[in-house]
Amino acid sequence: MQIEKFQYDNKIVKQFAYATMLWGIVGMLVGLIAALQLVWPIFNFELPYTTFGRLRPIHTNAVIFAFVGNGIFMGVYYSLQRLLKARMFSDLLSKIHFWGWQLIIVLAAVTLALGKTTGKEYAELEWPIDILITLIWVVFGWNMFGTIIRRRERHLYVAIWFYIATFVTVALLHIVNSIEIPVSFWKSYSWYAGVQDALVQWWYGHNAVAFFLTTPYLGLMYYYLPKAVNRPVYSYRLSIIHFWALIFLYIWAGPHHLLYTALPDWAQSLGVVFSVMLIAPSWGGMINGLLTLRGAWDKVRDDVVLKFFVVAVTAYGMATFEGPLLSIKSINAISHFTDWTVAHVHVGALGWNGFLTFGVLYWLIPRMFNTKLYSTKLANMHFWIGTLGIILYAVPMYFAGIMQSLMWKEFTPEGQLKWQFLDTVTKMLPFYAARAVGGALFLVGALIMCYNLIKTVKIGNFTANEDAEAAALTPTYTAHSGDHWHRWIERKPIQMLIVSLVVVIIGGAIELIPTFLIQSNIPTISTVKPYTPLELQGRDIYVREGCYTCHSQMIRPFRSETARYGEYSKAGEFIYDHPFQWGSKRTGPDLARQGGKYPDSWHYNHMAEPGSMSPGSIMPSYPWLLEDQIDLSSTVAKIKAMQRLGVPYPEGYDKIAPADMQKQAEGIAANLKKDGIDTPADMEIIALIAYIQRLGKDIKSAPKEEISKLTN
Amino acid sequence: MKFINYLESITGIGIYPLIGFVMFFVFFLLVTILAFKADKKHILELSEIPLDINEKK
Repeated sequence: MQIEKFQYDNKIVKQFAYATMLWGIVGMLVGLIAALQLVWPIFNFELPYTTFGRLRPIHTNAVIFAFVGNGIFMGVYYSLQRLLKARMFSDLLSKIHFWGWQLIIVLAAVTLALGKTTGKEYAELEWPIDILITLIWVVFGWNMFGTIIRRRERHLYVAIWFYIATFVTVALLHIVNSIEIPVSFWKSYSWYAGVQDALVQWWYGHNAVAFFLTTPYLGLMYYYLPKAVNRPVYSYRLSIIHFWALIFLYIWAGPHHLLYTALPDWAQSLGVVFSVMLIAPSWGGMINGLLTLRGAWDKVRDDVVLKFFVVAVTAYGMATFEGPLLSIKSINAISHFTDWTVAHVHVGALGWNGFLTFGVLYWLIPRMFNTKLYSTKLANMHFWIGTLGIILYAVPMYFAGIMQSLMWKEFTPEGQLKWQFLDTVTKMLPFYAARAVGGALFLVGALIMCYNLIKTVKIGNFTANEDAEAAALTPTYTAHSGDHWHRWIERKPIQMLIVSLVVVIIGGAIELIPTFLIQSNIPTISTVKPYTPLELQGRDIYVREGCYTCHSQMIRPFRSETARYGEYSKAGEFIYDHPFQWGSKRTGPDLARQGGKYPDSWHYNHMAEPGSMSPGSIMPSYPWLLEDQIDLSSTVAKIKAMQRLGVPYPEGYDKIAPADMQKQAEGIAANLKKDGIDTPADMEIIALIAYIQRLGKDIKSAPKEEISKLTN
Repeated sequence: MKFINYLESITGIGIYPLIGFVMFFVFFLLVTILAFKADKKHILELSEIPLDINEKK
C-alpha cells in the first residue's frame, strides 16, 4: 500500500476561529444593548440606526450567522480534513469562502442598521445579499465535496453526514424562503403572501435552528467530544438512527411556531405531532454525547474543554426537551409571544452553541499553536461566569414570560380584563434588568476567553501546514458478502447528499404544497382590499423600522385576546401582505385591529414620544419619521411589483397611484391640523399613520354572515 | 405569477398528518433494524475514525 504525504491546512481554521471570536463579541454586545433598551429606552439613542427594531435583527443575525456560522466553518474545516485524511480541496475556495462570508456579515450589519430589511425573521437580508449568500454557500459545498472526493479514508464518519445534511438543507431553505420580487436594489417583496408567507417563513425559521444551529453542531460534537475524551462515541449505531430520524423529523415541525394562528388546523396538528416526536432523536443525540464520557467523568474535573462540552450537551438536552413541550398547543397558548420563547432559544444559543464553540476554541487553538493554554484558571473562570450568565439570563425570562402571559389572560370577577397591556410591560422591567446582567456576565466570560486565547497565540508557534500521511485509497472496493446497507451510502457522498435531500424534501413538500394549492385553506373575505399607495408606503416604513420585533398582528382565538384586541385573525385578511407581519413576540400590544382605535394625532404624538401618550412605555421614539419625506419616487415601482405578485390593482393603476397617495396624505394632514399639529403631507409619519389606521379595518365592514361562516 | 389557489380543493386533507406519520414510522423502523443488524466489527471501526487508532494497529 502506498503511503502518501500531505499537509492539513490550519491557516483557514485559524482565520475562522478568529472571526468566530470577533463576531461572537460583537453579536453578544449588540444583544446586551438591546437588552438594556428594554429596560431604559434611552439606550435607543433616538437614532434610526440604533433603535431596538433594527438592533434586534443585527443581534440575531450576528449571533446566528456570524458567530455560530464562523464557528461551524472553523470546526468543519479542521475536522473534515482529519476525518478524510486529506487537505481541503482548494486553498483558493477556502479563501473565497472565508472572505465572502465576512463580506456578507459586514454588508448585513450595515444594511440592517440602515433599515434595509425583508421583514422576515432570521432572513432579513435583502436580495443582493441573499444571492451572495447562495454563491458563497455553493463555494463551501464545492470545497467540502471536492475534499470528500479526494479523501484517503473510505468511510464517511457520522460527523460528515451532519455536515452534508447541513449543506443541502440550508441551501434548500435559504432559496425557497428568499424568493422575492426586487423593487429596487435594496428593496424587495416576498413572493408569498400572508398565511403562505408565514408557513414558508417558519418552515425556514424552524429549520434554520435545526440545520444551522443544531445539525452542524451535532457533527462537531461527534468529532470533538470523542477527541477531547480520547475514546469513541458511546454508540455508533445510535448515531446512525439519531441522524436519520433527526433530519427526517425536523423539517416537518415548522408550523408549531404558528399554533392558534390563522394557519389551517391540519397543518398545525402536523407540526405538533412531529415536534413531539422530535424529542426522541434529540435525546438520542444528547445521550450519545453524555454517555461517551461514561467511565471518564473524572476527566471532566480537570479538563475545562470537557466542562464546556458537558454543559453544552446538557443545554441541548434541556432545550430539545422544552421545544416539544412548547409545541403542545395548550402550553404554546401560554408561552407564545412571551419571553418564555426568548429564554428557550437562549438556553440553546448560549448553552449549546456558545459553550460548544468555546470548548472547541479552547481545544483547537493550543493544538494549532503547539502550546498549552495560557491560563487554565482563566478558562475555568470563564466556565463559571458563563454558566452563571446562562442561569441569570434564562431564569428571569422564564418567570417574566409565564407571569406576563398569565397577566394577559387574567379577568376580574366582573368579567373585565384585569390588566392594561402597559401594566404587564412595566412589571417585566426588573426581570429584563436581571436578564441584562446575565447577558453581561456571559459577555464578560467570552472576553476573558478572547484574552486567554490571544495570550496563548502569543506564546505559541503556529503550524500553518500540518504534515500528515496516509495510505491512498485503492480505486476499487470489493464488497463483502452480506454487505451492510449503510455502507452503500456512507462510502458515497453524492448518494448521501441525495438521500438526505429526499428525506428533507418529503416533509417540506407535504407541509407546504397543500396550503399553496387549496382554496379552502385560505377562505377569502370580500371586503379585504389591497393597500392604498400611501398605506403601502407606510407598511414599508413599518417593516423598515422592525416594528414586528415587538408587535404582533395576529389575534389568537382566546377570550383574553378577543376581549383585548377584537375579533380573532382570519387567514383571508392577509392575502395582500407581502411579507406577512404576524410577529413572534409581544413586547408591545398586538396591532392587528389597531385601525381606528385612536385618532391620527394620537399616533403622531406617540411616535414622537411614546411616553407622552402611554406613560411608562418602553417603546423608542421615532423623531425622524416626523422630519423625513416619503420616498415618492418608489411608489410606481412598488405598485407594479405588487401587481406582478397578483395583487389586484386595476390595470394602469401605477400611473394614478401618486395622485391617490397625495390625496389621502392631505386628508391625514388636515386631520392632524384639526388637533393642532401642523405637518406637511409628504412626511413618513403620514404614511405610517395611514397604514396603522388601516389595520384590521377591512374585516369590520364584512357582512356578518361571511364572518360567522369563517368562524365555524 | 399569482402563487395561490391553482387547484380548487383537495379532498381528505386530514389524511396528510397520518400519511406523514406512517412514512416516518416505517422509515424509522427500517433504519433501526438495519442499524442493529450491522456488523459489530465494522461499526467499531467506523466509530474509531476520529481517534486515528487504525494507524496504530
